[in-house]
Amino acid sequence: MSRRLYLRGTLLATSALLILSGCRQDMHNQPKYVPYRSSEFFQDGLSERQQLVHTVARGELHEDAYLYTGKIGIKEGDRFPFPITQAVMERGRERYDIYCSPCHSRVGDGNGMIVKRGYRQAANFHDQKYASQTVGHYYDVISHGSGAMPDYGAQIDPPDRWAIAAYIRALQYARNGAMSDVPADQRGQLKDQSEMTTKDGVPLLRAIASGGNGGPESVPVGTSPTSPHPPQPGEPQEGTQKK
Amino acid sequence: MQIFHRSTNTISRATIFGAIFIVAVLLWASIQFQRSPYVTYAEVARPQPAPFSHQHHVAGLGIDCRYCHTSIETSSFAGIPPTKTCMNCHSQIWTGAPMLEPVRESFRTGKSLVWNRVNDLPDFVYFNHSIHINKGVGCNTCHEPVDRMPLMYNFASLQMEWCLDCHRAPEKYLRPRDQVFNMRYEQPSSGKPIVVDGKSYTEQLSLGTDLVHKYNLRSVADITSCSTCHR
Ligand code: HEC
Ligand code: HEC
Ligand code: HEC
Ligand code: HEC
Ligand code: HEC
Ligand code: HEC
Repeated sequence: MSRRLYLRGTLLATSALLILSGCRQDMHNQPKYVPYRSSEFFQDGLSERQQLVHTVARGELHEDAYLYTGKIGIKEGDRFPFPITQAVMERGRERYDIYCSPCHSRVGDGNGMIVKRGYRQAANFHDQKYASQTVGHYYDVISHGSGAMPDYGAQIDPPDRWAIAAYIRALQYARNGAMSDVPADQRGQLKDQSEMTTKDGVPLLRAIASGGNGGPESVPVGTSPTSPHPPQPGEPQEGTQKK
Repeated sequence: MQIFHRSTNTISRATIFGAIFIVAVLLWASIQFQRSPYVTYAEVARPQPAPFSHQHHVAGLGIDCRYCHTSIETSSFAGIPPTKTCMNCHSQIWTGAPMLEPVRESFRTGKSLVWNRVNDLPDFVYFNHSIHINKGVGCNTCHEPVDRMPLMYNFASLQMEWCLDCHRAPEKYLRPRDQVFNMRYEQPSSGKPIVVDGKSYTEQLSLGTDLVHKYNLRSVADITSCSTCHR
């Protein structure tokens, strides 16, 4: 065999390898719909079809009307459609911090980050006007919005909306909490909020009144004596990262 | 009859070696090429309809991932926010900014914004976000600190060996579930221990091993079996 042929062969084989290694088609993009893939078949370009009017999708038969509307007849109710447990409350706190705190702030005074960047002043849940509203009203506002308040119907499931409403109530009670509200065996090293200061030495109540700092690290919920669920003293919370 | 001189024997031997060498180098080069950003698109930003900045919205404004990627805890797909989600805020913020015009237009006309996919697995691979989130794999283990990205790019290659590297030893990466969305999470060290269930950990492997039990992870054989990802 001649050397030339041999060399040509290797060159051909290796360049073929190089070229092939650059290919990634064949089965990578299959003609099937995955979430959010567009469609050339339907005129609106969506592969996910919209629900037809007057049809009920699986799992969307809303038999418990109160759970899904927050209304008894046409009046907003003031009770919860399911029992509020510690787990519901924790879920409520988590969801509130995700969806509401950008505007209403973590303590619910309406001075969140987005408000600081120029959004309309959000409601201060501690104002008499808002504190006296029913939980059914909170549910309705989350579902349909109100004034400058956007609706969160697409982002938050109905049970979570109730959990948030419950947590708003907890925030309101917490603002007016006193040491006597904390069971004696859970007080431990907790101090009354009138004695507490922020890390810059500003009295806590004054800091809250002036809007806290509205950022993610405002009043550390869970360590404040007014938190609805004071942690056991000396018992670190899950995943706490020590400095 | 002798055409070639005897000395060519050595030359031909040398070329055989040379050829093997060349083939080896080219093979190596093509493997490296296959893994390179040119093919995997790692660290390359894609053109998008609006210059959406995670750095600005996540680190700057403190918005949680789940505000926009709503389905991440419950479904395989993280979810890309609809235009309405942007308009929650941008109905009042930066309402005149030209760079937000595509967003406003989409809201007016009801036509979807078309975001270009950044992380894109081949269709023959099954991936599921919710299980990773619920078993304590943080977003930034796979997506790197998104909150430092003015424009989105993917950091990992998303190749099979990358998935398997973790599936073979998940304890190297697991973290407590409540830290999954924390882009600034650091693995435990003696300077910064992490407390879970009252036990303090100073080292990733011991934390990871305990979390594997706590979150009931399946066996390595189970999650590295081909049919986990190719089904
Ligand atoms: C984008 C900013 C923003 C976010 C996020 C937001 N709100 Fe609001 N909210 C507002 C503004 C602004 C108002 C005042 C509306 C007005 O007066 O027109 C308001 C008012 C309210 C009111 C009083 C409505 C009334 O008129 O009785 C309630 C209750 C409320 N918000 C609940 C919530 C809850 C619960 C969440 C989280 C799911 C939330 N908000 C998230 C901006 C926001
Ligand atoms: C304000 C809304 C918003 C928030 C908050 C947000 N994202 Fe996004 N994210 C988007 C949008 C819009 C896109 C699509 C545009 C793009 O790729 O840049 C996206 C894209 C992504 C992608 C790439 C998707 C792809 O195409 O492969 C990743 C990964 C991602 N986000 C992770 C995160 C993480 C992690 C967080 C929380 C730290 C987060 N996002 C918070 C809106 C948001
Ligand atoms: C929770 C409120 C909120 C949501 C939701 C939101 N943004 Fe923003 N966005 C802001 C704020 C506030 C600013 C201005 C930042 C500042 O003033 O520092 C901004 C700025 C921007 C900018 C200006 C460029 C920059 O510097 O980043 C773009 C572009 C943008 N947003 C796109 C989007 C898109 C696209 C979405 C939907 C996926 C979105 N935003 C969702 C609050 C929001
Ligand atoms: C185990 C690794 C891993 C983790 C952890 C992870 N992702 Fe992903 N992510 C991926 C992969 C792989 C894709 C591409 C999926 C595809 O192409 O089907 C992706 C895609 C995405 C997308 C694009 C939309 C989609 O679902 O395909 C978004 C948005 C996203 N991730 C956000 C997040 C957020 C937010 C978190 C944290 C809560 C997170 N991811 C955690 C691996 C991961
Ligand atoms: C950083 C670690 C890590 C990475 C990277 C990772 N995974 Fe996983 N994956 C896990 C863990 C942990 C589980 C949970 C295993 C269990 O439940 O026992 C899991 C489970 C899965 C499952 C099982 C889901 C189910 O419902 O059965 C699939 C599928 C999967 N991963 C696919 C992938 C793919 C595809 C990639 C690469 C694109 C990937 N993973 C990358 C850690 C990882
Ligand atoms: C943890 C998830 C996971 C497991 C387990 C897994 N794969 Fe894969 N596999 C992937 C991903 C992700 C890709 C896509 C790689 C890419 O995009 O280059 C892939 C690609 C492939 C390809 C196509 C390669 C190409 O470039 O076209 C083959 C063949 C394959 N896998 C075979 C297997 C076999 C055989 C097994 C079992 C021994 C297996 N895989 C187990 C995730 C997995």
